[in-house]
Amino acid sequence: MTVPAASSGTSATGSRSPGRVREALLALAMLAPSIVILVVFVLYPLGRAVWLGRQRCDAQARNCRTNGWGQYIDIAQSAEFQHALWVTVKFALLTVPAGVALGLGLAVLADKHLRGMRFFRTVFSSTVATSVAVASLMWLFLLQPSRGVLANIDWLNSLFPVMKRPGLLNDPGTALTSVAVSSIWANLGFTFIVVTAGLQSIPRELHEGAYVDGASPWRRFTDVTVPMLSPTLVFVAVVLTSRAFQAYGEIDLLTNGGPTPQDSTTTLTYLVYGSSSVARSDAGLQSGVAVLLFLVLLVLSAVQLRGLGRRVHYGN
Amino acid sequence: MATESSTTAGAIGIDHVRPGWRTAARFAVLALVAACVLLPVYTTLLAALKPGGKVLDRPFVPEHLTWSVLRDAWTEGRLGRYLWNSTIVAVVVTAAQLVTSVLAAYAFAFLRFPLKSFWFVVFLATLLVPLETTLVVNRRTIDSLGWLNTYQGLAVPFLATAFGTFLMRQVFMQIPKELREAAAMDGLGHLGFLREVAVPLVRPTLGALALFSFLASWNQYLWPNLITTEEDMNTVQTGLRLLNASVPDIERFNVPIAGTVIAALPIALVLVVFQRQLVRGLTAGAVKG
Repeated sequence: MTVPAASSGTSATGSRSPGRVREALLALAMLAPSIVILVVFVLYPLGRAVWLGRQRCDAQARNCRTNGWGQYIDIAQSAEFQHALWVTVKFALLTVPAGVALGLGLAVLADKHLRGMRFFRTVFSSTVATSVAVASLMWLFLLQPSRGVLANIDWLNSLFPVMKRPGLLNDPGTALTSVAVSSIWANLGFTFIVVTAGLQSIPRELHEGAYVDGASPWRRFTDVTVPMLSPTLVFVAVVLTSRAFQAYGEIDLLTNGGPTPQDSTTTLTYLVYGSSSVARSDAGLQSGVAVLLFLVLLVLSAVQLRGLGRRVHYGN
Repeated sequence: MATESSTTAGAIGIDHVRPGWRTAARFAVLALVAACVLLPVYTTLLAALKPGGKVLDRPFVPEHLTWSVLRDAWTEGRLGRYLWNSTIVAVVVTAAQLVTSVLAAYAFAFLRFPLKSFWFVVFLATLLVPLETTLVVNRRTIDSLGWLNTYQGLAVPFLATAFGTFLMRQVFMQIPKELREAAAMDGLGHLGFLREVAVPLVRPTLGALALFSFLASWNQYLWPNLITTEEDMNTVQTGLRLLNASVPDIERFNVPIAGTVIAALPIALVLVVFQRQLVRGLTAGAVKG
């Protein structure tokens, strides 16, 4: 075995194997903290949840009895799960396309050398500073029928009586859309910042070339900006979709999964954790729904990555 | 939080829209949307600065302004305590994630060891598992450790992150191998090289990861809700939920609103200071493969 002279800096002796052992031990020591945390708090709970999903238990996961893998089928076919899945899909359809379009439109409009643009960029970026609790409570203070600021503007609620009775968040027809509006607002900062950064990485020559060729601003938008921006837009769409599927805080604070009895805003995540949710009284069912949520997200990201049509290169 | 100045093709003038109806329309649209975006912020601020009975009289007019509601929210909402809890947890999580990510990333980028691709796949797999799926079982783990209502309980599950590991690995891979070889010939071991060469070289990415981790930890909502039952151990996010659930009389209904304003301020300040890291952190996931 021939060994290149300077290949192993750690072995002073020149014999290869002690150096390699030491390198491997060092690597193990460097990986160990991450491995311990990821195994104990990500992989073990995943495996355990998959196992628990076959069982019926009490809320503390005691007195379990096994129902077999068929329980996953039962859960997937249950009215509660299918309803929550449908609500979640609707929530994603309400928030993702509108969120991406809004972020793209505003970023393009504000990406000019004009007086005042800096102010607009600051405003549109600003909602990134709100946590889900802060953003949701702000919207609650606007919308709650008794003391909400918007709900108590006379001309507005005579135009839209639903704002006062029963209130946008309490009417089965408007609750999910209202939560979606607050969510789009809260996500705007993120979307706007990422799209603006994407715009700035488009080579200027492309715009210049199109301009010289006499392309109208709209043509430059559709033929240069959008294609060059597509990886960024897909990234934003992926993030927004996963946020929609994991929405919990806004539901918890704004509607509690209600209004009942339609449960118009009970999303999948709310079905797992919500204080008024049926699954919460049974650790087995709760785990089962949580695992199905994982599978849904897995399928979704596979589809989106395929749509992305680019190969992400990991490994050596 | 304005991002860097716009770049698209300013030089040859195509970026400078001629004054006229196009520019006017552009400003009109931007102003309208900006007003809508600011509306919740503006009304929340005003509502926090008025006595409860006056909030709904003329909600968009700044009048009868007072600090007293904010003061009440601070004391009754125990926000000082909750902000302190959030700060401890977020700082510990951020510091730990930086250390664990850098160490693991260095091993993946610079070291040879058995089962490397196996461990790589393990890290990658954890990226696919949503928090919402693991928290059911994690709550029981934390409970059996006796860590409900503790800082350990809030922080320990998040001390490592595969996202941070891959982010750091990616920038470590851009460091030329010759640099490592030269350092080795100077007798610098791996830990020395990591501390004195590699980490200083990737400081911008480290800053972005730090801000990203801090925000993610600070904004956690579901997890602290699951493992906190004692009032004292709430974070700012769950504390706001608590404050909002207490229903004071009509004269003071805006105390939770004032609490929300107080809770939002620290992060707003942090982001104003760390704009650059924010843009890097948010776009980090979008890096090309």
